[in-house]
Amino acid sequence: MTTGSNRLDHEVIYGIVEPGSRVLDLGCGEGDLLHLLTKGKGVKAQGVELSEAAIYKCVEKGLSVFHGDIDSGLKDYPDGSFDYVILNQSMQEVKKVDFVIDEALRVGSRVIVGFPNFAYWRARIRLFFKGKTPVTYSLPYRWYNTPNLHFLSISDFKEFCADKGITIESEHFLGKKGTSWFLPNLFALNAVFVIKAGNKVKGG
Amino acid sequence: MTIQGSVGKVKTEYFTFAEPPKELKLESGQSLGPITLAYETYGTLNKEKNNAILVEHALSGDAHAAGYHDGEEDPGWWDSMIGPGRAFDTDKYFVVCSNVIGGCKGSTGPSSVNPKTGRPYALDFPLITISDMVNAQKHLIDHFGIDKLLCVVGGSMGGMQALQWVASYPERVRSAIPIATALKHSPQQIAFDEVGRQAVMADPEWREGDYYGKGQPEKGLAVARMIGHITYMSDQSMEEKFSRRLKEKNYSFRFKTDFEVEGYLRYRGDSFVKRFDANSYLYITKALDYFDLSGERNKHPGRHIETKFLVIAFKSDWLYPSYQAQEIVKQLKIRHADASYCEIKSTYGHDAFLLETEEQTHLISHFLKKAHKEGR
Repeated sequence: MTTGSNRLDHEVIYGIVEPGSRVLDLGCGEGDLLHLLTKGKGVKAQGVELSEAAIYKCVEKGLSVFHGDIDSGLKDYPDGSFDYVILNQSMQEVKKVDFVIDEALRVGSRVIVGFPNFAYWRARIRLFFKGKTPVTYSLPYRWYNTPNLHFLSISDFKEFCADKGITIESEHFLGKKGTSWFLPNLFALNAVFVIKAGNKVKGG
Repeated sequence: MTIQGSVGKVKTEYFTFAEPPKELKLESGQSLGPITLAYETYGTLNKEKNNAILVEHALSGDAHAAGYHDGEEDPGWWDSMIGPGRAFDTDKYFVVCSNVIGGCKGSTGPSSVNPKTGRPYALDFPLITISDMVNAQKHLIDHFGIDKLLCVVGGSMGGMQALQWVASYPERVRSAIPIATALKHSPQQIAFDEVGRQAVMADPEWREGDYYGKGQPEKGLAVARMIGHITYMSDQSMEEKFSRRLKEKNYSFRFKTDFEVEGYLRYRGDSFVKRFDANSYLYITKALDYFDLSGERNKHPGRHIETKFLVIAFKSDWLYPSYQAQEIVKQLKIRHADASYCEIKSTYGHDAFLLETEEQTHLISHFLKKAHKEGR
């Protein structure tokens, strides 16, 4: 895959998204991923981003973007407004994760969730032997300056989907240099899941 | 890289239409005609006529948006945004700004002569709405032979006109930039307007609007303008601009203008009455209050919007708070519109749309570039 991106997670998501689809990126930052998808896959892109400086960068790239937080950014969209809703490296920063996931599944046919794996082996070692909060390649912040409100592992997320009756359509595990499949909850730095609403009755 | 500059010397021009019996039908059911619109243009309309931008002014604005009139020192009201290399780049785009009907800056309004009586209309002038203003402008755009505007843009009441253009003539507007505006006035906004109107009407010089030739209700109109100016600033911008600074060394212990802020408001009030008609103030604020694209008054609810949007609000604007801009965004989301929204950090309050040049230029120039490219 040659997207020209140096972000492995962007490469993976680029591979997932169908050409010409409608995409909503929640917490789109400076719009690098959406720019990639617009140029390479001709998607109809919409971003949501909290940082004013990042909004300017998005508009520079010709992207459509709403200035606001993810928690309140979804509720006005009619059901099924998008083919994909992307929550890449932003889910762990939202206040009400289950609410946001529910809403994302309502407005999008599929939701792509990417997050850093808290159960990565180096994180486990740091916590177990040093007794310190993990700082890793995918979790680079210290306890006092992290934007992350939630810390979760790949197993946690799978359990969450099972509990909520959410269907996992595909899963992708990322190491430092490429995708990794061997004991992902132990060896993957980042995970990307494609999920969709299950057959269960909502709220049931 | 273009050198940024002024459009230079400009002149206001006039377009007259709706001669009887082809009068303009107003939202109130009444008719108006003939109608003259004062307008200015900057830049050149290209052969394809797809580079035209309509700039809409606010309550007390006029057609003179950019450049200099002969013998005047101050440029037009949005000069920092319009010119070669500026946000509305006149090397690329053809910019039109027209004065609204009901106004007093060359367009037909209550101070114009009623052809039926040979005297100024005064209160015989029909109540007009934002939609009427837009319908009148459409005649001007038709006159230019412009089938589709590249963009309609404006702040405050200008933003309402931009929104109304899309509501009334969606197929004629490629993109829209409503700034520091709302889908409808809140009770607080109506209340401020009503206080302004009452100040005018309580002045004995108002004479039920029939004051032409006798001198206008200057005291009342000045008070209305002073109230307006308070709402255009923010607590912080007033602190920065005036703090509690005194005009003299000490308090006068009389009812003189002790504080700089008092002097500023009086100056603003006094200079406004020299350039603005009191009845126009009443008519235009009423049009602002009647404006409502939020719900059942909207002609095309639920329809998809093809027009591309850039919605801008300012953090310290308490007259048109950002929640109102977010209401616009909400309507756009429901209608699957391609839209961007930014709340610019500013301390200038509502006035920010006239002052925050750099941030607006950044957003608008890129937005327009894309809209123009897609339109070709």
